[in-house]
Amino acid sequence: MKELEAILDKNGLIVAFLLVGILTWATDVFSKKALNGRIPGSALAIGLALVLGYLGGIFAEGEQGLADISYFKGLSFLGGSMFRDFAIVATATGASFLLIRKSGMLGLISLVLGIGLFFGFGVALGWLMGYRDAVSLCTIGAGACTYIVGPVTGGAVGASSEVIALSIGTGVVKTIAVTILTPVLAKWIGLDSPGAAMAYGGIMGTSSGVAAGLAATDPSLVPYGAVTATFYTGLGCLICPSLFYLVLSTLLG
Amino acid sequence: MIKGLALLSFCFLAGMWCGALLGSWLGIDANVGGVGFAMAFLLFSKEYVTSKGGWNGEFGFGLDFWNKLYIPIVIAMAASLNVKSALSSGLLALLAGTLPVLLAFGVVKILLKQVNPEK
Repeated sequence: MKELEAILDKNGLIVAFLLVGILTWATDVFSKKALNGRIPGSALAIGLALVLGYLGGIFAEGEQGLADISYFKGLSFLGGSMFRDFAIVATATGASFLLIRKSGMLGLISLVLGIGLFFGFGVALGWLMGYRDAVSLCTIGAGACTYIVGPVTGGAVGASSEVIALSIGTGVVKTIAVTILTPVLAKWIGLDSPGAAMAYGGIMGTSSGVAAGLAATDPSLVPYGAVTATFYTGLGCLICPSLFYLVLSTLLG
Repeated sequence: MIKGLALLSFCFLAGMWCGALLGSWLGIDANVGGVGFAMAFLLFSKEYVTSKGGWNGEFGFGLDFWNKLYIPIVIAMAASLNVKSALSSGLLALLAGTLPVLLAFGVVKILLKQVNPEK
């Protein structure tokens, strides 16, 4: 038993392949046999992974969900930003440059619209919850964009560490909400073409949420959503601490 | 196989570099569109290699493998998100993380209707 433990501990990434494989296999079987394929297996697997992440957080009391349990630490490597971005880029081989260019304008509009919408809504909710200073409101609004824009903005405008932590929490909740809601609402919003995926990616913006949501909806749309979403965080980090902060501090006197 | 994988790696690194350069040029501490640049490089490279007749099954496999590994990676990512602290970081984080998302889905629907009125 001790030998096995040592091997599991040493080969974290391989253990992660095995775990994800088992999870995918089990949810595929469940989707086909019990649900007649009404919910795709990958959507179930992603949902179940979120639940496991929650349980991992309870048992291990860390910051990386299930990956905090030492045998499963490979999950955070496999699911980390390096492999995630690498695989997203690889999906571009299935994308058409012409289609991307055709919807470029739509993508740009949706980016600006998306950042404004999430920032504005975040600021409004922060105001309702009793925050009145431009620095905190700006950071909370930025956190409603993504969990990277929040701390980057907070650091730039000099927010307190509690507010920065709050903005990260908000961004992570957003990622989870987008992941869960996308496959549920995809039909209703008409998310069924490359152009639609680009608009969706630009408005939602959270790369992880868009990526996971589209994977659970229709994997062939992933590159189109990702190509706009990838600009969201950068654009947010650019606008939130500068333009939006100036507007806020002017409004608040 | 390794040639295709090397091409993918090259496009990835070059794209990330462009994103980092754009970020520092704009004066912000973030990668601006690195993944997008990398995807553009890959699309152009694919055109080029295909026109030279080099995009055969073996070459494409190196990229296709990562393309297919994408969903497993997302599953691993979901399992390593800090779900617990997100749920326990208070009412404001929960509201500000979910309500705008619901609204945004409505905005996507309206925007797409404007663009494709026939639908």
